[in-house]
Amino acid sequence: MQEYSVEMRGIVKRFGSVTASDQVDFSANAGEIHALLGENGAGKSTVMSMLSGVYRADEGEILIHGKPAKIRSPKDAAMLGVGMVFQNFRLVQTLTAAENIVLGEKSSFWRGRNWIKSKHKEIEELAERFGLKFPVDRPIWQLSVGEQQRVEIVKTLYRGADIIILDEPTSVLTPGEVEGLFSTLRRMKQEGKTVIMTTHKMKEVMASSDRISVMRKGKMIATLVTKDTDERELARLMVGREVVIERQEREATEGEELLAVKNLSVDADHGRKALDGLSLTVCKGEIVGVAGVAGNGQKELAEVLTGLRTWRTGEIVFDGAPVKTASVRGAIDSGISHVPENRMKSGLAGKLGSVDNLLFKSYRSEEHSKFGFLKAAKNRSWSEELVRKFDVKTPELDTPVQHLSGGNQQKLLFAREVTHQPKLMVAVHPTQGLDVGATAGVHELLMELRASGSGVLLISEDLDELLQLSDRILVIYNGAIIGEETHETADRESIGLMMAGIRSREESLV
Amino acid sequence: MSQEKASGRTLREPVQLASGGRLPWRLEYDSSRIRTPWWTPIVSVALALLLCAIFIYANGMSPVTVYSKMFRGAFGTSYGITETLVKAIPLLLCGLGIAVAYRISVWNIGAEGQLTVGAIAATAVTIYFPNLSGFWSILLMLIFGIAAGALWGLFTAIPKTHFGVNELITSLMLNYVALLALDYVTFGPWKDPKGFNMPGSPVFTDAQSLPVLGGTRLHIGLILALVAVVIYYLMIRFTRWGYELRIIGANPTAARYAGIHIKRHIIIVMLISGGLAGLAGMTEVSGVSHKLMQGLSPGYGYTAIIVAWLAKLNPLGLVVTSVMFGGLIVGGFSVQTIGLPSSISEMLQGAILFFLIAGDMVTRFRIRRGA
Repeated sequence: MQEYSVEMRGIVKRFGSVTASDQVDFSANAGEIHALLGENGAGKSTVMSMLSGVYRADEGEILIHGKPAKIRSPKDAAMLGVGMVFQNFRLVQTLTAAENIVLGEKSSFWRGRNWIKSKHKEIEELAERFGLKFPVDRPIWQLSVGEQQRVEIVKTLYRGADIIILDEPTSVLTPGEVEGLFSTLRRMKQEGKTVIMTTHKMKEVMASSDRISVMRKGKMIATLVTKDTDERELARLMVGREVVIERQEREATEGEELLAVKNLSVDADHGRKALDGLSLTVCKGEIVGVAGVAGNGQKELAEVLTGLRTWRTGEIVFDGAPVKTASVRGAIDSGISHVPENRMKSGLAGKLGSVDNLLFKSYRSEEHSKFGFLKAAKNRSWSEELVRKFDVKTPELDTPVQHLSGGNQQKLLFAREVTHQPKLMVAVHPTQGLDVGATAGVHELLMELRASGSGVLLISEDLDELLQLSDRILVIYNGAIIGEETHETADRESIGLMMAGIRSREESLV
Repeated sequence: MSQEKASGRTLREPVQLASGGRLPWRLEYDSSRIRTPWWTPIVSVALALLLCAIFIYANGMSPVTVYSKMFRGAFGTSYGITETLVKAIPLLLCGLGIAVAYRISVWNIGAEGQLTVGAIAATAVTIYFPNLSGFWSILLMLIFGIAAGALWGLFTAIPKTHFGVNELITSLMLNYVALLALDYVTFGPWKDPKGFNMPGSPVFTDAQSLPVLGGTRLHIGLILALVAVVIYYLMIRFTRWGYELRIIGANPTAARYAGIHIKRHIIIVMLISGGLAGLAGMTEVSGVSHKLMQGLSPGYGYTAIIVAWLAKLNPLGLVVTSVMFGGLIVGGFSVQTIGLPSSISEMLQGAILFFLIAGDMVTRFRIRRGA
């Protein structure tokens, strides 16, 4: 029987009520590149974090080179030769690349000029062996993201890792750099190292790996040999095949056009193009779903529509009037509600109580303040009523909202965004991290909005959710809409393929 | 949510104390504790007193005697009390300004400089308009002092909002600019011709001095400061502006998503912060020293940072802590008579700040049994 270099059996990890990893079995060989594929939140990173000692598994066992291993900390993992290159690098910005790499080394007390010189040489040789190039004597903050990643990789190699885990390594790289990374991985493989890479990009998996394990919703779905499979099969495994016909029944709507976006181009934070000639429309009484793999422009789309980001070219017409400048207040006043991606980061102020959080969008109105003074008593009773109506469970009205459960936080957020009867609701991952009951509650609220004639733009990575709720599903890829399906015609497979950038059925069959 | 929980989880992973032998208990970081418990300021002061007691003892004195002497010096006589209150006025005004800025995490440490330019500008009124009546000259001095301090605050705010320059650096460096400007005018153009060649402006006339309360050295700056505290309280508590500051302070990203212009608020807050310190500068020259001179402020602008922090930016707390620190300064002087240097009060201030900041951090850890 073949001995795996890494074997994980029946790994279970729970975070509160969410099971991030459910009886996962995983194994990898020395001398192979093993890709762990899955959508965001499928549990890839969680599983790898347990292998590298960041988390401890609740159940299950890990074998390294056939021997049961107790990995309680990253240090234990390092002793066993497991090294991880994290998505956000663990580097000290003001130290040089070489200093970062030797950081934590206990060998020599006196570190003179010659010592660091010899280390420079040693590191450069090691880097060269794996085709990695970066200036060893420059501080990290002066290096590009790609170079920083190379420093991280050399760091794990320098520490003698022979099982190397890379968490979404390509997400920060340019296409040229991705090629370079893959050739490095191949060299590692030739040297007999075990390379494990998590990703959600199918093309890259096909291009670089020997075997592929697919995860979905915390479960290990399948392990395949790369040359015996294709993107279609992977897409199907990734998004799942179970026939969800729990689509919310609805009357077809023939509402008039509420939002029209034409040829919108938007720059991302680092000057890349985030949106590239995107067009879409949303009608009154319609839920339009936007599907896509994270990082294809969803965030920027939501930010533009809610006034948080300016756009370069293109037109936005909302409720019959063209939108000229990006203004959050303008968006709020014209009736656009926003349920942002990360509620605690950008939606709520965790340290404040329910009243303050509910007033966010409406405190400027006559109803809630006069002559610059807030109507304290009135706002309080208004908040009490909202908390009751939306069934937010909070010990007291002034309890900091960070102490509420995720579901109750989201209810509070929805209460605020829905109560003034918005014309358009832009909801981004509205059920992320919620349990089944809370998810159903959010879905119900969105359907109620639809019934009352509001338009909803639902940006989500959860295909089930999109299929259940949307009247139309648009697929976003590289900053543009590359396909559309209606409520009746939508199926997971075709959407999954479009999410991977494959435009139509015909194209993929050729 | 899974991600949020995940990150919370990593923070709460036990912190390994020593790599060697296992201890029977471990430290855990509790990320859910954001607010420091109410008792940290009190414990910090107590610990600071204890720490300094060691040094006093090492100097061959009884800490009990020294502390009680300090206390009596500051609060035991009517002279002591008025002196304490005189010192508390600039501390309260500067502390208030600092508190406003700190509410939205704008770390203004330039109150000293803002106070100084306020004093210079107020003195400019006495130099260029020497013959105004009492009312007009005081009013003009107030306006000039506040405006100059606000302008100094603006010099910190604009680089921050428009070029992302760290306000800690600009506000601190502007302190030195202000102090050098003070040197320039007191040695140069404004030097008193009848001052025996000593640096300093001519002594203010009665019309240029703030009225005093009941024949003491206590001037009506105290009333101005208390009015400012009340306004601060009302603004923070009941206005839309105060609400916006509260949101920015709690979560700037969420504030941006709510359509609040953070940059505008940074500018407003720095104008207020500088203006209040400038007012303190005006009341110092016009109410206490009656002329512009070097050493006008024995570091009020810096001490006020501790005052604001100790009060946890709370208005009533500010009144209490500024009086306490005023007492500390006066008490420091009174122990000179028994042969201790007055810098004992600076030592106490430093120790209090040290324990206060440590307290913010330490109270987030929990000791748990078992390795």
